Amino acid sequence: MSIFVDENTKLVVQGLTGGQGKFHGLRNRDYGTKVVAGVTPGKGGQDVEGIPVFDTVAEAVSETGATASFVAVPPKAAPAAILEAAGAGIGFVVCITEGIPAQDEARVYNTLVRDFPATRLLGPNCPGIISPGKCNIGITPSDIAELPTPDGPNVGIVSRSGTLTYQALYELKQNGIGVSTCVGIGGDPVPGTSFVDCLAEFQKDSETHAMIMFGEIGGSAEEEAAEFITATVTKPMTAYIAGVTAPPGRKMGHAGAIVSGGKGTAQGKMDALAAAGVHVGLNPTEAGELMAGLLKKTG
Amino acid sequence: MDLFEYQGKQYFGRFGIPVSAGGVAETVDEAVAQAEAAGYPVVVKAQVQVGGRGKAGGIKLANDADEVRQHAGNILGMDIKGHRVDRVWVEQASDIDEEYYASFTLDRAAKQHLLMLSAQGGVEIEEVAAKDPDAIVRLHIDPVDGLSRETARQAAVDARIPERAVDGVADILMKLYRCFVDGDCDLAEINPLILKPDGAVHALDAKVSLDGNAAFRHPEWEEYDKTEVLDDREQLAKEHDLQYIGLDGSVGIIANGAGLAMSTLDVVNQVGGEAANFLDIGGGANADVMAAALTVINHDENVRSIFVNIFGGITRGEEVAKGVVEGLRRVELRAPIVIRLDGTNAEEGRQIILDAGIPASKLISKPTMLEAAREAVRIANGGEGGA
Repeated sequence: MSIFVDENTKLVVQGLTGGQGKFHGLRNRDYGTKVVAGVTPGKGGQDVEGIPVFDTVAEAVSETGATASFVAVPPKAAPAAILEAAGAGIGFVVCITEGIPAQDEARVYNTLVRDFPATRLLGPNCPGIISPGKCNIGITPSDIAELPTPDGPNVGIVSRSGTLTYQALYELKQNGIGVSTCVGIGGDPVPGTSFVDCLAEFQKDSETHAMIMFGEIGGSAEEEAAEFITATVTKPMTAYIAGVTAPPGRKMGHAGAIVSGGKGTAQGKMDALAAAGVHVGLNPTEAGELMAGLLKKTG
Repeated sequence: MDLFEYQGKQYFGRFGIPVSAGGVAETVDEAVAQAEAAGYPVVVKAQVQVGGRGKAGGIKLANDADEVRQHAGNILGMDIKGHRVDRVWVEQASDIDEEYYASFTLDRAAKQHLLMLSAQGGVEIEEVAAKDPDAIVRLHIDPVDGLSRETARQAAVDARIPERAVDGVADILMKLYRCFVDGDCDLAEINPLILKPDGAVHALDAKVSLDGNAAFRHPEWEEYDKTEVLDDREQLAKEHDLQYIGLDGSVGIIANGAGLAMSTLDVVNQVGGEAANFLDIGGGANADVMAAALTVINHDENVRSIFVNIFGGITRGEEVAKGVVEGLRRVELRAPIVIRLDGTNAEEGRQIILDAGIPASKLISKPTMLEAAREAVRIANGGEGGA
């Protein structure tokens, strides 16, 4: 098993004829992801290396049975693209677009909650999701993702930052530990999918035996995760929080990574996670090593 | 992006929020001219993006041109908590009956808009929250529905705003909400929001923070670029389109990805060093980007070593290595580079660096983030390069 996406996921790429969409869409297909369609308004009837392009997501769904969407369009167009996918009945939307205004994100999120509760949005401004050996949607470099082993132990990864997600995959590969699914939830202020959403799925997933979580400064998503872990999670976990030395009031690259009014500090988040029984590393490598150590003990 | 008070007031003006008549001045003569136009008495206010202006002597009442001359002369050039005053805002003084507080922000946990309203304004809202939390009305607004006049009015009543001010406050809340949403603010705050003896409600201060991601639909924001408070290094980085934040340490940092860049700062700190900056070169790390990054870092006189921390993902290790080698060719550096190259095709990348034959006094390669951080910090703290 895995979470959110697997070998049966059928993907439509919104923006397949654009630079990013084509590059990553084809990479995703090369990995084995079932990329069944592309959507670019006005380019219906064309194809990109054999992948049929449609004018609308609705057409793509009715013609190909697509179940998931990969939104790779610029910030101006992304909110409408996400809602179009939801309106066409797509259940899982991955949006990698960076730079969407926060007001648009808040509107899209609340519209999905109200009008399309069956649709889950991952991102925006995220690297995407990979269930190794089954499906890769987004920009994660797949060759550093270790395949899960039938008997385990396998680890689920959830992270706000893209490069730290890769770092986590790499650490596990170095240690020969399999990955069930690796989810990058993105660094924006209003992510469609939260740490809690992912941890809940990992906790239920029989193929996942432990979880690594990489957070960063800003907001309270890590503190909410800590509460959830205390109440619900029984699988072993390690974590790392980036931004211990970040100056207050400055956005550290990610729109959501900011310590404001003394809230959202790395220390506060690390303390909350440690109190929830999570083993917290002081750097990404340490979080990986802690996980390797935990699995040796339990495995 | 944070606006100065005068810019915030002008921004409020676009949405019909009443503010005092006034104008901005960079010289004493300009200040007098603005005072004459606004009408005496006036208040001369230092324009800095830091609290505590009044206590520092940055806000003064003036009854005539001589007093404006005196106060503006004192305030312009003043240092308030490390911020130099380059401009004053001169506005008609207001008679004040009462002071309130109003703001809109995005509540990230609730993923909804948040109105905060209090009949106790004019002091830091954190102070009110600590002393008398019940004095603040906190109201979530669904971004899809927006704020209705009825809800705004009820919030004013709930905040125990007196009857004669309720409609005026509700009116300003409606306009401030439009400013927050249509104006793409991260924060739109009025403190104090005042009630005048004649019953009018009016914004006496303006705190506006804009969402940089929305700049594409606000061409009018361009004017704020000119007054954005950036140090030399940050200005140079902006010209090169790099995500850079200047810090005070001696280890220059270049990393790919915001998370990894933040993490690099942390690791440098853990091994006893201090970062000179935050710099995320993003996914692509070709020679042009790397050369630009090295140019910006090199501009910083405090830099004693440069830690290049790259995790190859889509961007492959050999591309990054070529970028570093080419960057080194173009920029004469003040300090040695310590590079950690990991991830996709890292081996090939390290080989390229080795083959380039760059002396160890200029470029040192280390296999892990921690080892590279230790080496960069050792050099920055006075150790010799090339170990």
